[in-house]
Amino acid sequence: MGAVLVFCEVSGTAIRTASLHAVTAARTLATAHGGPVVAVIIGQGVGAAAGDVARYADRVLVFDDARLAAPLAETHAPLLAGAVKTAGATAVVGTATSTGKDVLPRAAALLGAGMASDVIRVDGTNKFRRPAYAGNALADVEIASPIVVISVRQTAFPAAPPAAAAGQVEAGAPGTIDALGAEVVGVHATQSARPDLGEAKIVVSGGRGMKAGENFKILEELTDLLGGALGASRAACDAGMVPNDLQVGQTGKIVAPQLYIAVAISGAIQHLAGMKGSKVIVAINKDGEAPIFQVADYGLVATWESAIPALIAEVKKLKASAG
Amino acid sequence: MKILVTCKRVPNPEQKLKLAGGKLDLTGATWQINTFDEYAVETALRLTEKGKGGERSGEVVAVAIGPKEVSQQLRGVLAMGADRGLLIAGDDAALDADAVARILAKVVEREKPDLVILGKQTVDGDSNQVGQLLAGLLGWPQATFLATIRLAADGKSATTTREVDAGVEEKRVRLPAVVTVDLRIIAKKAVRNEALAGPDAEWEETQRYASLKGIMAAKKKEIKELTPAELGATVTPLVRVVSLEAPPARKAGARVGSVEELVAKLHNEAKVI
Repeated sequence: MGAVLVFCEVSGTAIRTASLHAVTAARTLATAHGGPVVAVIIGQGVGAAAGDVARYADRVLVFDDARLAAPLAETHAPLLAGAVKTAGATAVVGTATSTGKDVLPRAAALLGAGMASDVIRVDGTNKFRRPAYAGNALADVEIASPIVVISVRQTAFPAAPPAAAAGQVEAGAPGTIDALGAEVVGVHATQSARPDLGEAKIVVSGGRGMKAGENFKILEELTDLLGGALGASRAACDAGMVPNDLQVGQTGKIVAPQLYIAVAISGAIQHLAGMKGSKVIVAINKDGEAPIFQVADYGLVATWESAIPALIAEVKKLKASAG
Repeated sequence: MKILVTCKRVPNPEQKLKLAGGKLDLTGATWQINTFDEYAVETALRLTEKGKGGERSGEVVAVAIGPKEVSQQLRGVLAMGADRGLLIAGDDAALDADAVARILAKVVEREKPDLVILGKQTVDGDSNQVGQLLAGLLGWPQATFLATIRLAADGKSATTTREVDAGVEEKRVRLPAVVTVDLRIIAKKAVRNEALAGPDAEWEETQRYASLKGIMAAKKKEIKELTPAELGATVTPLVRVVSLEAPPARKAGARVGSVEELVAKLHNEAKVI
């Protein structure tokens, strides 16, 4: 039986939280495959994070090279596929982040491996459960190829705790690196002091009913008061009110916070697919018939114009009394 | 500029799924083109136009894999303005992303396009794999989840922006390349071929709908039918769906009468604030 490779993304000297969820899935899969968990990190200067990654894996393979500075699928996928061969791995796991979604299928193609995306449960060496049809169906899939590749849905697996003993760190030999004429010209990072949408304990989302981008300011005030992250429905993103990276839904981010507050969101199937896993859902909508109320634990029929200022005042009062 | 676009048919996502005995019952389903593929077609058309409604230059070839009935969706894409169609015979339920990518790779060998544009995912399988698999099989560069694309005047490269977890990434790829498009791609100024359209060129903020003229013209356009075998593709799906079931339903909770009651319940009952 083979090793399980886990594609880990790093930030500075630490593993990205998103990748810790993949490590958990990799651990489960490694039990089935009867091999070790081998973490692979790729980039420029990623060696600095190797020590942190080693706390979670049995081995760490580091590809640290100036030509790997940008997260290009063209350069990363062949290294990942090559690492499968050298580690004698029979499975590759990664988180369905924007990089994971870009790199993992390309690696699967190079390996001739079948891939299951957005896995929410590991049921054996090659059996996985994943959502389809905007989360309206759960598919149990079986992969027939000798090597299996999966991307996991971050919210479906807990973050891995450090292992009892740190793994061995080894430098991988990148060999020929060919970006095939692809290059990252620049990255315009979103500057936000708020927690990451995927990690936040509280998410406040606005929909088309917010009418204009400037009206999201009041949602931001509520979000910051609660220490949460701001989200939006696809309709609000489509209308250009807020950037698309705030989109929660089938084609955006999947969230599962402790508290999800949907404001002026009707609750289209594709939005529900992104937030149905939340522990407590609050819906505030002026239309009492809106489908969002069918999944809400607490529903308030009201306009956002009246409800949100009152909600802010009430939360402030609560915080003041908690002192 | 020759562009290949994919159009998969999907069951109408607004219809309730009929799930029973671990299977999805699609009898009586109405089918439509996958929304993101429709955006891919719109992108391809804009890249071959001298501005909105302007003269066209280049060729847009639409490819679908599925049963004969998919010609209906292909005809719709031809009515939008695509030049010709390819219909590859296949049973859409039995194909996995790998098989689709292998078939498309053979289509690419045959058609030799400068650019392949796909939707970033289909809204039934939700796998988000085919574009990346295809690029990997071809050894071509890829740019996924595009918000914008600009083709260089010399036709040798494309500069794109992609919405990634950290923000917006600007990626340039050499052609030929595979790209997949996200919903922002239909914004007014998201797509431009520098060889054909100036910086002021803009389109409607939506995918175009077929005009009567387009529908009439589409009737005369060619849809060539082929089998995977004729293309030299072997179709052995690697991923099999063993069963499909409905997720546990979430029960609707209680209505609250006021903001005060809501906050009290969230604090005392749910204990989340």
